Amino acid sequence: MPVARSDIAVLAVVWLATWGAAPVLAQSADPLAVGRKMLAEDNPGELWIDRGKTLFYQQRGPKSASLEQCDFGVGPGKLDGATTQLPRYFPDTDKVQDLESRLVTCMVQLQGFNRDDIVKRAISPAGSNGSDVEALALYITSRSNGMKMNISLSHQKEYDMYKAGEYLFYRRSGQTDLACVQCHGEANKRIRLQDLIHMTDKKGVQEVVSTWPAYRGGHFVVRTMQWRLYDCFWQMRLPELTYASDVSIALTTYLHYQGNGAVIKVPGFKR
Amino acid sequence: MAEPMKIRALLKGDIVDIRVLIAHPMETGQRKDVAGAIVPLHFIQNVVVTHNGKTVYEGQWSQAVSRNPVFAVRLRGAKVGDKIGVTWVDNKGDQRTDEAVVAPAS
Repeated sequence: MPVARSDIAVLAVVWLATWGAAPVLAQSADPLAVGRKMLAEDNPGELWIDRGKTLFYQQRGPKSASLEQCDFGVGPGKLDGATTQLPRYFPDTDKVQDLESRLVTCMVQLQGFNRDDIVKRAISPAGSNGSDVEALALYITSRSNGMKMNISLSHQKEYDMYKAGEYLFYRRSGQTDLACVQCHGEANKRIRLQDLIHMTDKKGVQEVVSTWPAYRGGHFVVRTMQWRLYDCFWQMRLPELTYASDVSIALTTYLHYQGNGAVIKVPGFKR
Repeated sequence: MAEPMKIRALLKGDIVDIRVLIAHPMETGQRKDVAGAIVPLHFIQNVVVTHNGKTVYEGQWSQAVSRNPVFAVRLRGAKVGDKIGVTWVDNKGDQRTDEAVVAPAS
């Protein structure tokens, strides 16, 4: 009997020791980083860049026009560095627009597409080949690869959008009384195995703004910032976030401004 | 369908690292669509890699390979400037061939 008792004691010590050591191991080694690196080296999202390029220069829609006359803020057809300054104020629409809402504006005005049709299909269903907007957004953003985010709040409407985004980021709302900051305001938080990015930290928010659009491994398609926000809202049990709505643009403006200086590198790779 | 592949062929030492990104749905035949109907089997069956026209890899794939697969092979004895060709054929007879030139690893 004394033997059995000492066995139990030994087991208990080992168990306690493992518990104590586990968090230290997770911080120093970060086993997930190895897998993430492997995935990033061969990113299927790159296939979408060519798709987006074809769609951009193709004559499409009822007006049979390409998107070459689309002005993303640095002049019609100019794409290099355009997304580093988005969202921004556009005088022609008298609105602050992000990349995707601007893209929708151009597809409606230049190509004659129906806005509702584009918006309905903008976030592609799981198991599909992806939507036009997803491919176009990635192609346009990829033209800013290697450049730094540089959002300005010089126009009053840009500043208002930023402040609205900041308010939304910190405001608890919905049936779960949850704010963005509750999941994204501290380091080393997770939902199950997924690391949550620490967005009140400069480095964390820069990682966000520089890697969308990204290939979402589990969906087999490229997803955009609008989708990311849409899905966050769904996870928070908030009312459905309307595609390219002011709420989504406000949050994007807030995050992008916080992430100023981040070097764009798309497509990102998300689990 | 049959969109272009992305092929990278980088020479490191005497080994060429060939990496291929393929756009393909790779349906397993077990997935159901929104209406509940089974999505028919649709996958890449044969893959051939050539080095200056000579076959160096011939593979039979199954539906177990993921959607939009990444495929990598290593080849000894190729030089910078050599042509690497990749061809896939799927079970519906759809196919695609693309070519890349061996480049030095930077």
